[in-house]
Amino acid sequence: MVQFSTPPSLLLTLPLHWQNVVSTSAKRLLAVVEIDLNQTLHFEKTLLCLWSGDELGTTIGITQTSSDGSEQHWEIDADCYLRLNDHAGVGHLSLYSKSGLIQTWHFTLAINALISQFRDGFAQRIDLAKDALVMESNSERINICPTCQSSIPVNQSACIVCDPETEVPPSTLTLFKLWRFAKPYKKDLLLGFVLTLLSTAATLVPPYISMPLMDDVLIPFQTSQVMNYELAGMYLGGLLLAALFAWGLGWWKTYILALVSERIGMELRTKTFEHLIRLSLEYFGAKRTGDLMARIGNETDRICIFLSLHLLDFLTDMLMLFMTAAILISIDPLLALVTLLPLPFIAWMIHFVRDKLRYGFEKVDRNWSEVNNVLSDTIPGIRVVKAFAQEGRENQRFIAANQRNLEVNDRVNRIWSSFAPTVTLLTEIGLLVVWGFGIYQVSSDHITVGVLTAFLAYISRFYGRMDSMSRIVSHTQKAAAGAKRVFDILDHESSVPDTKNPVALPTVIRGQIDLTNVGFRYGNRAVTKGINLNIQPGEMIGLVGHSGSGKSTLVNLICRFYDVSEGSVKIDGIDVRNIATLELRQLFGMVLQEPFLFFGTIAENIAYGKPNATRTEVVQAAKAANAHDFILRLPLGYDSLVGERGQSLSGGERQRISIARALLIDPKILILDEATSSVDTTTEKEIQKALDNLVKGRTTLAIAHRLSTLRKADRLIVLDKGEIIEVGNHDELMAAEGTYFNLYQAQARHAAEIAQEVI
Amino acid sequence: MLQRLRKRLFESLMMNFLLDKDAFGNIHLELPSGESYDQVKVIRAFPISHPDNGFSITDQDGHELVWFESLSELNDTNQAIVQSSLEQIEFIPVIQAITGLNSYALPSIWDIQTDRGLTKLKLKTEQDIRRVSSEALLITDANGIQYLIKNRKILDKFSKKVLDRFM
Repeated sequence: MVQFSTPPSLLLTLPLHWQNVVSTSAKRLLAVVEIDLNQTLHFEKTLLCLWSGDELGTTIGITQTSSDGSEQHWEIDADCYLRLNDHAGVGHLSLYSKSGLIQTWHFTLAINALISQFRDGFAQRIDLAKDALVMESNSERINICPTCQSSIPVNQSACIVCDPETEVPPSTLTLFKLWRFAKPYKKDLLLGFVLTLLSTAATLVPPYISMPLMDDVLIPFQTSQVMNYELAGMYLGGLLLAALFAWGLGWWKTYILALVSERIGMELRTKTFEHLIRLSLEYFGAKRTGDLMARIGNETDRICIFLSLHLLDFLTDMLMLFMTAAILISIDPLLALVTLLPLPFIAWMIHFVRDKLRYGFEKVDRNWSEVNNVLSDTIPGIRVVKAFAQEGRENQRFIAANQRNLEVNDRVNRIWSSFAPTVTLLTEIGLLVVWGFGIYQVSSDHITVGVLTAFLAYISRFYGRMDSMSRIVSHTQKAAAGAKRVFDILDHESSVPDTKNPVALPTVIRGQIDLTNVGFRYGNRAVTKGINLNIQPGEMIGLVGHSGSGKSTLVNLICRFYDVSEGSVKIDGIDVRNIATLELRQLFGMVLQEPFLFFGTIAENIAYGKPNATRTEVVQAAKAANAHDFILRLPLGYDSLVGERGQSLSGGERQRISIARALLIDPKILILDEATSSVDTTTEKEIQKALDNLVKGRTTLAIAHRLSTLRKADRLIVLDKGEIIEVGNHDELMAAEGTYFNLYQAQARHAAEIAQEVI
Repeated sequence: MLQRLRKRLFESLMMNFLLDKDAFGNIHLELPSGESYDQVKVIRAFPISHPDNGFSITDQDGHELVWFESLSELNDTNQAIVQSSLEQIEFIPVIQAITGLNSYALPSIWDIQTDRGLTKLKLKTEQDIRRVSSEALLITDANGIQYLIKNRKILDKFSKKVLDRFM
């Protein structure tokens, strides 16, 4: 038997024990996948191999190897095909021949992407077998995900199987990435460090002075009853001076470091935002708005506070620890040893108790949010609650949530209430050890009373910091988690990358759009497939179909909000992927279903796409959009504030402003995405008039639910399940009596029924 | 004539529909009225709270064609087809024990023992653990698979500890 070569990247996706099975096989491997459920839907690993028996790939088959090593083979002919479907988290891969079902395999959706790759590999081979052609597999192009070893499609930036962003737990090392933002402030940071060193040293002077104050002033006074005022004054002056120094240096240090950390925070925020708004729509689609806002707002602030407060305090404390240790050892090594010995133990104890508490507090947090959930459930739904007279039940629900909250709190409080006394007790015990050993040393004349008081002063100061020092671990963890979430945004590469060598667009764009064999996958799901469409300059195209049929996706692909998975989109013969994104988007004008107005004046909103537009241009655009008259009726005319906190406008008025916005930039290609579907029929007519102005002389793609609005379209494209099923103008499609005909009839009937009810 | 004959047939068999599976694994439904549908689906209406009561047979687009209360109402052929179809699509593994986990930080990957064998479950957020009743829990893992814990109070100590940490 001849050993055929197998692409190594195929094997890489497999666990080791399968690699042995596969590599000893004498057949040529075409595709391979490990499925994780068996025939009875129990968790069991099974290997599926697609192989060919000869170099030409004309005879192919599937081998299933179970975990116990038993094998089953199926020979496959050119009429065989694979079907994929899924339900409730389980996927089914079925192999059919012309005469019926041959075999079904089951798997969890965790490996859906791998399975669809297998299926694609199969489809490709079947095509080859039909033509008896040999083509090299293009597996070299596929990137392998470092986390889960599955391959990453060419048009996706992150692995779709495991989503690495959520896979890796935050590591403290992430914080070092912040150095990129701290680098410009190297000098200030160095100054801050020196100041920290000095101010810490200054705070350590007073206990040192207390030593001679005790030994040379107070103790001699007790024995001789003569007070050395001169010496006392000198020492007191020293104490004051040290305090003043510590105050001044501490002030300066805190100020400098706060300035730096605030600047790092700002840089982090602005850089993250700048990166975020350049990411593809795909990224925004997958993330929740609140989450992104929290990352840029709260997380950067948390990092900032960590740097300026917690980290600084911790460093100061550590510096103090080392300096104190040095001073104590220089005074009396033995006593220093006894004094410092309990420190690590006490620190560990405090950390231990805190750790216990942490989970308790997390639990409290979770239960607290449950209490909030009941509130946010009930209060917005108060009409329903009252209508069904269920106040008592909601009340019970709230009481139950609070009861649970109480239980959790009770448990935490048992430990928590003992925390502060425990710290005090440990501190006292530590001091007790120093006192005991100190008294023994004084009694045996090894040290003076002054040395003992200095030691006690140093160390009691220290014990006080123990608690806050032990918190650094959890602070660091939280800051690291925050930093990770921020860097997840910063490190995310856009899935619609800007081309490196953009093709310069001709000065005059005609607005011709060609889609060749366009396919698009969103995650594991194929949204559109095999779309071929040539749109002539100035043509108006209506896109028709049920929701989810791929209308919006098609528009998004043309605007390159997403990149195609297969095929190409060309504008005037240039692939959109080769056009600089900025230049490309300038070609498009868009009117969306929900017109979004930013906070600002009406004039600013109209000129959003062309900020340097003149007043005349703005007014002309508004006139063409039938918006001029109602704008003038507003008390402040074009200077009226609109948007979130501004003047409230009706849906139709907002829509006409957004039409004016699209008109002003004079786009070559116009996208109308359900532009009239959220308004009533009268308003629709007004908007329609405005739209007619807009459409003139431009290539237009209009999506509309109400088919009557698309009557003017030169061609209607009927989409279903991501494929074009009918093309033609209204009359042609009506005559064909196909899908469009049915849709139109249904809508007409519906409209008639409504009319009847009104009468 | 044919219509009446068919009706008689259905009546004599004491049922109001007829299921049939073809070589492609598709289920075919025939109603006494003579209407017939290809590729129908059988669905449990209350898969967790009342798995044995309430079944619906729908067409490809999810429109209901037949509703029946329990499997015992069906004759043997229908019952066998319904059961085999449900076995193919139903997948709610019951967690019997949690045997290990990689970290208490989220996302956390648990080693679990279920009635369908050993596997791993990835918990994305704590919200994915849902209380179904005072003792039953439904856990949705990162891939959308639903795991059921029938009674969390009778689990072993370690499993309880892990659950407790995330609830």
